[in-house]
Amino acid sequence: MCRLFALTSKDPVSPMLAIKALDVMKEGHDGSGMGLLLQDLGGPFEEMKEAPILSGIFSEEGIRRLDLFMMDKGFLTKYKISLKIPKKPVEGIPRRGLYLIRAYELPEDWDNLDQEEIGNRLSDIRFKIREMGEEKKDMIVFSFWPDTIMIKEIGDPLLLGDYLGLDRKELNARIIMAQGRQNTNYAINLYACHPFFIKGYCTMTNGENTAFIPIRDFLTSRQIPAYSGYQSDSEVFAHILHYSMEELGMGIDAYKHVITPLQEEDLKQHPDAQFLSHLKRTCRPLIIDGPNCVIGTLPDHSLFMAQDRKKLRPGVVGGKPGIYGFSSEICGLDAVIPDRDQSQDIQPMHLDTVIVSPDRLEVKICRQTETLNLPL
Amino acid sequence: MSSNRNLEPSSLSLNDLPWQIKYNNNRCTLCGQCTAVCPVKAIELKVFQKRTIKASIKKDAVPSNQYDSFYAIQQRTDVENACIGCAMCTMACPNDAIAPVKNPGLDRMKFHINQQGVPRRRGGRRNASGSILDRIKFTRISMLTDPALDAGRHEFEMRTLLGRVLSPRENMKRLREKGWIPPVRQIYPLIIGGMSFGALSPNMWEGLQMGVAYLNEEMGMPVRMCTGEGGCPPRLLRSRFLKYVILQVASGYFGWDEIIHAIPHMKEDPCAIEIKYGQGAKPGDGGLLMWHKVNKLIAAIRGVPQGVSLPSPPTHQTQYSIEESVAKMILSMSMAWGFRVPVYPKISASSTSLAVLNNLTRNDYASGLAIDGEDGGTGAAYSVSMDHMGHPIASCIRDNYLNLTKIGKQNEIPIFAGGGIGKNGNIAANAASLIMLGASGVQIGKYLMQAAAGCVGTEEDRCNVCNLGICPKGITSQDPRLYRRLDPENVAQRIVDLFVSFDTELKKIVAPLGRSTSLPIGMSDALGIDDHAIAKRLNINYVV
Ligand code: SF4
Ligand code: SF4
Repeated sequence: MCRLFALTSKDPVSPMLAIKALDVMKEGHDGSGMGLLLQDLGGPFEEMKEAPILSGIFSEEGIRRLDLFMMDKGFLTKYKISLKIPKKPVEGIPRRGLYLIRAYELPEDWDNLDQEEIGNRLSDIRFKIREMGEEKKDMIVFSFWPDTIMIKEIGDPLLLGDYLGLDRKELNARIIMAQGRQNTNYAINLYACHPFFIKGYCTMTNGENTAFIPIRDFLTSRQIPAYSGYQSDSEVFAHILHYSMEELGMGIDAYKHVITPLQEEDLKQHPDAQFLSHLKRTCRPLIIDGPNCVIGTLPDHSLFMAQDRKKLRPGVVGGKPGIYGFSSEICGLDAVIPDRDQSQDIQPMHLDTVIVSPDRLEVKICRQTETLNLPL
Repeated sequence: MSSNRNLEPSSLSLNDLPWQIKYNNNRCTLCGQCTAVCPVKAIELKVFQKRTIKASIKKDAVPSNQYDSFYAIQQRTDVENACIGCAMCTMACPNDAIAPVKNPGLDRMKFHINQQGVPRRRGGRRNASGSILDRIKFTRISMLTDPALDAGRHEFEMRTLLGRVLSPRENMKRLREKGWIPPVRQIYPLIIGGMSFGALSPNMWEGLQMGVAYLNEEMGMPVRMCTGEGGCPPRLLRSRFLKYVILQVASGYFGWDEIIHAIPHMKEDPCAIEIKYGQGAKPGDGGLLMWHKVNKLIAAIRGVPQGVSLPSPPTHQTQYSIEESVAKMILSMSMAWGFRVPVYPKISASSTSLAVLNNLTRNDYASGLAIDGEDGGTGAAYSVSMDHMGHPIASCIRDNYLNLTKIGKQNEIPIFAGGGIGKNGNIAANAASLIMLGASGVQIGKYLMQAAAGCVGTEEDRCNVCNLGICPKGITSQDPRLYRRLDPENVAQRIVDLFVSFDTELKKIVAPLGRSTSLPIGMSDALGIDDHAIAKRLNINYVV
């Protein structure tokens, strides 16, 4: 089973912190790969919150094609970090081209566009680059969004951290999500690695999504171009999150009602029974059957954890005002926030969504039986 | 028969009959129970003569004859009295002296079962035991990252929706604007398909109703039952149990006068209205209740004279096209109950089913589509329709579901599959396959008669005289001497057994696939079959 660790901190921290947590949970993953998301960035990116950042892996030819493409669209590079990799290969990590993190200035003619339109265009561009890259096998793009960096690679997390030099000081963030892979499919496609990102929403999950096919069919038939990909059965968790918040206008308190709705008896008792039974019925194909622990971030930089209906996966949230960790195992938390009050650790159960909002002052538990903020 | 007697073309020998009686004279006590019980008078008590020749080895002894007469059972060979293999004689015989045996050779009676120019008609089934559904396996067992669920311990919600479900966005909009939201029922995915009061005996109907009420009220299983075309007993219409009933309207509109008049007195809305346009067993042919079965009670409920055959036209005569039917009938029915009751059509599976479905997608009042495949049963039909007309259910359901998926309405119009589910006894596996191919639920009829009432029909052309009012089990007869054999309480008990065991089996299928909190509609990645062409056609895995 993959191991998950996420961190939300008032002050930017290095991604190495999360990697350290993955390392102590090593018993649970086989070091076959790591996915990393950094959001609410610190360092040089602090000054450019609006600038979309492209993260991905490019060959030299890929970079050339990317530059031509981006120039043509009117994007100018504002800032970049190229992760230099050691000349000597490291066992278990494939040799690839350049790991690129590049912030762009938006094209001038986008000035009058609203946020939604900008979001759609950024997402379209990401897909276009991905498509071009798949054609010639020279570009892999993980995200293209403001204030967001993503890195995914095959190999042991700790070795990868060293290999990519992730401890460099420009690289720090207030939100970090990291997943250590347990390989279940040998030909690893980086697009199938967590976390998954869509327009400011990001999730990572462990476990298996047994209801994947009906969910995928439902999402792909929403006529939303960004609902595609699905190399991994877990990618849909991010898209369901986006769907329920952006398309249906609900809050994070409703996400769990979409993926793991209350059963009839509980539903009847709920103060918003009518709304919820409509939601359950209309979103029926989005019901997951687990076993999954989902950790995700929202565009406002809230971090949350939710469990499947039977809580078949471990997960714990703990920390202290200013910094909170979300971890598959307690030892992960111990490694990163040893000085927290352990008695305050929370292991979310089958009805809970645990949220730490961007003020990072407390852990909020939102229970499915509670009243909702209705988008009505 | 003397060796030079004239033979009619349709004179048959025992060897020409589909079923032959094996009779053991040594065990028979001539009680007469078999001849009394035989629904087609296929056997009779006859006097036979036996000659014993007595010859001695002594030189001058004169041989002699001894003639004895004895009584025994004889099988008749005329077409109308041909044994139907029901084995009621076997059941009645206290000495195990008699049993029907299927003729392993060619049944020549088939060429003669059209006396007076009337082709064979029968009830029951298609008599084809092969089943694609039986060949489908559930191959995606959760093994690695996922511990399989425990069918006995975890919570399950095996329910389905009947009714038009709006898209999440549209539903949200209507909630916000307090607009009309179509009625949706949450029901059990195994539905008792339309079998009319008239086709079924009063005891069978009563048993069904009691079983359904028990399942709902004592077991918490929202099982629904469709009336078939034939109206509904007035007391039921005015009772709270109506909510468990799907009222069917078909082209003969039998019983609808009574229903319409009862609307103001209804304590509960019915679960739904099914508009029958077609039936899998006899696509394109109307319903038929033969005169034998139209007694006083049936005539009263249906609003017709007694003792006349009641054919329903193949089409709804008041309409020009299915589009119009869809638009008008669905709307009028919805209106009759103040838009509180789901209304959906039932059609026979066909290569044109998709066109019907496409029409429905554009009509907000259409609450679903029931599709009945070629293996569907019937109370009465021409054999030619049953044997040669129709479309297999699996590919039809799959095509329709994939079509909905293409336009994003797979959750909006539930498709219900009927026809041959459990025809070889594998009801839960067949139902689960259809659900994973895209059905929201399945309708059963014959299985229920077999399991809950002891119908002796099989896919071997056994019995199948449901049309004649002589059902030996009293299931499809209106003759009190026959239907009193069926105790409604026992039927009810068996209905409950059937549903409860089905529920366990369904869980035993979905739990290892890692599913429990919602019905795995369209979970086609779980399915595999050992035939490449079928796998390709159904868009499921090919496994060998
Ligand atoms: S099997 Fe049925 S039809 Fe045949 S002789 Fe026995 S009772 Fe009559
Ligand atoms: S037992 Fe009755 S219902 Fe069954 S096939 Fe025979 S006549 Fe039909």
